[in-house]
Amino acid sequence: MMSPSGFPPPPVKSQQQRILVLQLIASVMASTEIARQAGEGARAVPLSGHVGFDSMPDQLVNRSVNHGFCFNILCVGETGLGKSTLMDTLFNTKFEGEPTQHNQPGVTLKSNTYELQESNVRLKLTIVNTVGFGDQINKEESYKSIVEFIDAQFEAYLQEELKIKRTLHSYHDTRIHACLYFIAPTGHSLKSLDLVTMKKLDSKVNIIPIIAKSDAISKSELTKFKIKITSELVSNGVQIYQFPTDDESVAEINSTMNSHLPFAVIGSTEEVKIGNKMVKARQYPWGTVQVENENHCDFVKLREMLIRVNMEDLREQTHTRHYELYRRCKLEEMGFKDTDPDSKPFSLQETYEAKRNEFMGELQKKEEEMRQMFVQRVKEKEAELKEAEKELHEKFDRLKKLHQDEKKKLEEKKKSLDDELNTFKQKKTAAELLQNQAQQAGGSTTLKRDKERKN
Amino acid sequence: MGQQKNVEGYVGFANLPNQVYRKSVKRGFEFTLMVVGESGLGKSTLINSLFLTDLYSSEYPGPSHRIKKTVQVEQSKVLIKEGGVQLLLTIVDTPGFGDAVDNSNCWQQVIDYIDSKFEDYLNAESRVNRRQMPDNRVHGCLYFIAPSGHGLKPLDIEFMKRLHEKVNIIPLIAKADTMTPEECQQFKKQIIKEIQEHKIRIYEFPETDDEEETRIARKIKDCLPLAVVGSNTIIEVNGKRVRGRQYPWGVAEVENGEHCDFTILRNMLIRTHMHDLKDVTNNVHYENYRSKNLAAVSCNGVDNNRSKGQLTKSPLDQMEEERREHVAKMMKMEQEMEQVFEMKVKEKLQKLKDSEMELQRRHEQMKKNLEALHKELEEKRRQQEEEKASWEAQQRILEQQKLEASRTLEKNKKKKIF
Repeated sequence: MMSPSGFPPPPVKSQQQRILVLQLIASVMASTEIARQAGEGARAVPLSGHVGFDSMPDQLVNRSVNHGFCFNILCVGETGLGKSTLMDTLFNTKFEGEPTQHNQPGVTLKSNTYELQESNVRLKLTIVNTVGFGDQINKEESYKSIVEFIDAQFEAYLQEELKIKRTLHSYHDTRIHACLYFIAPTGHSLKSLDLVTMKKLDSKVNIIPIIAKSDAISKSELTKFKIKITSELVSNGVQIYQFPTDDESVAEINSTMNSHLPFAVIGSTEEVKIGNKMVKARQYPWGTVQVENENHCDFVKLREMLIRVNMEDLREQTHTRHYELYRRCKLEEMGFKDTDPDSKPFSLQETYEAKRNEFMGELQKKEEEMRQMFVQRVKEKEAELKEAEKELHEKFDRLKKLHQDEKKKLEEKKKSLDDELNTFKQKKTAAELLQNQAQQAGGSTTLKRDKERKN
Repeated sequence: MGQQKNVEGYVGFANLPNQVYRKSVKRGFEFTLMVVGESGLGKSTLINSLFLTDLYSSEYPGPSHRIKKTVQVEQSKVLIKEGGVQLLLTIVDTPGFGDAVDNSNCWQQVIDYIDSKFEDYLNAESRVNRRQMPDNRVHGCLYFIAPSGHGLKPLDIEFMKRLHEKVNIIPLIAKADTMTPEECQQFKKQIIKEIQEHKIRIYEFPETDDEEETRIARKIKDCLPLAVVGSNTIIEVNGKRVRGRQYPWGVAEVENGEHCDFTILRNMLIRTHMHDLKDVTNNVHYENYRSKNLAAVSCNGVDNNRSKGQLTKSPLDQMEEERREHVAKMMKMEQEMEQVFEMKVKEKLQKLKDSEMELQRRHEQMKKNLEALHKELEEKRRQQEEEKASWEAQQRILEQQKLEASRTLEKNKKKKIF
């Protein structure tokens, strides 16, 4: 059907739905953000015909569809809670991976990206799994790798945004848009690990808590469990994601769903014949749990909320709230701050330069400090060594003195001995002299006697 | 990057476009259109015709009715609503453009305006505390060419050359009802030729994978620049009420495709490519401005040979890298100093040890000497004692002998006497 101008009418994708939406909005006389922003400066003027800018949303949608969408889910939960199965069930496809063992030394995050298509919509889906969560004996550090991962994605985006030559429109956004927190179906309350982890994550990511493997809990237990969980979250100040109620077209369904949180889910990729249809289910001796039966579990609610109704809002919240918070903290950490908008216009250039100068000054100061420290150490060590040297010399001086003393003593002894010797020698010589004399006298007598005897 | 996976059965993300649609309507849209051209070319009338409203009326007169001595840049903001979609439309006009005798630099005001909007956006984007930023950047510029039939004027060429990298230029032939279709064709050909000669880049219609869209885009391309007619009056023609200009010889209908290209312009500008104009402004023109602006910042204090490679890094990243470099440098320096220190200490200690050993050795030597001496002395003494003892023993024997000898003598003497 061509209009007189020769152009086809704007794209007619689910036109009825669109009309409904527009009517709803128009009827409530909602003031758009733009209108609010315009404020006093703009005047409203009536149109005398069909201009055609009501195709703007369609133009935007067309561009988005051509560009493709991307969505990143983070699954946090202990090993064995059925995270991978739930993802398979949600997206009706078999994703990667074998089941992990319980012997991981720490928590690691594994992420996989898939290209999915439904009708004409292409979705780049990234699923990040926490491997080894809750398996360690000491779980104090468990949340750290998760927080680091989330921050790393923010950081990557921030870096791209701050580049001088950047390509944001073709950037593959890896920021986590939704965090499904898997709660073990104990039926009692949240584990302290859960509370601690969720508290650390609630300002960084949209948390959607779900009760995993909920076919282990009976209906009455489930109600109590949900109430307990919600009250514990509230009393601990954990902010979980609330489905938005500001948009009239979805406000009602969203607020109803909000009251059903946390969703009790079951995952299954096996099909069982119920009646004459094949449905996803888990078969037990006592009955069959159907995944898509709303009486059996909240799977359909989760799918509805997460994918069909609020996927775009999750992306928006991540970008305008969580990412902005991260960015603000990071920039403030580096010392950036906004100058008072009233005094003078905020100049990026000046801030960067000032920052840089400050930074260089700091570095130089550090260098100086280090040098000084070294000089100090050298001085100290020199003194130390000098001290040691002095001691050594003193020690040996003492020893030397001792030796000298001893030597002196020995010499004295020697002298006295020599003296003795001399005296002795003298005595000896004198005595010998005497003897000689005596001998000479007596010797002749003896000689005579001997001679006589002989005769 | 990711692997292809087949989705069986219903998942629901095909509803994403609707979610996007819903949110965009809730937010509302904004668009800034600049109109440039000499007075009297029918700019205000065209705007009114385009948006089917009295943007310019007796209350809010259009640029030509406002007497200006110099080129000004003025904006009018209107909020229009259609089919539930709200659009905040800003029309920026330039009264006085090209009207003076000496028009050198009359484009400067325009450039300054566009740059100031870019700057506002850049500053808002660079704040630490960011809020939803209004997008007041100029998304499209309708440039009105006077229907001389001959070609572009030097002012036209100059203006377009200076602005084609800052804004999406859509050249229009104004008051097209003064030319016959053949004259118009000629004129268009001439203009396109001159535009190509001067390497001016006017707004191009994107060719997508969609066949239909590509066909439309090519069709438009063949008609460029669009020749338009505008009118504020509604005339009855053949029972229909149309916008048009009444002449004695007939009515030139604004929305008649055979009379002028107005409908093409409206469809292109508003119905199909409004969003693309915004995208190109955001992804190309704004990014150009931004990278030029920031490159100037980070090049300050950094030598030029490094600056080329830094363009792909954010200033924060740069600082981080510099910090890392510096830390590495400091560590190395520390290591070196440490090494030198250790070496010196070792040397000194070694020396100390050596001298200790030397002294020790001497001490040992001395001790040995003393001991030797001591021993010697002992030996000597012993010898002496021995000698003494033996001599004394000898003496005693001698004494004894002597005594005996004298006794014997005595005896003998006595004997002899008898």
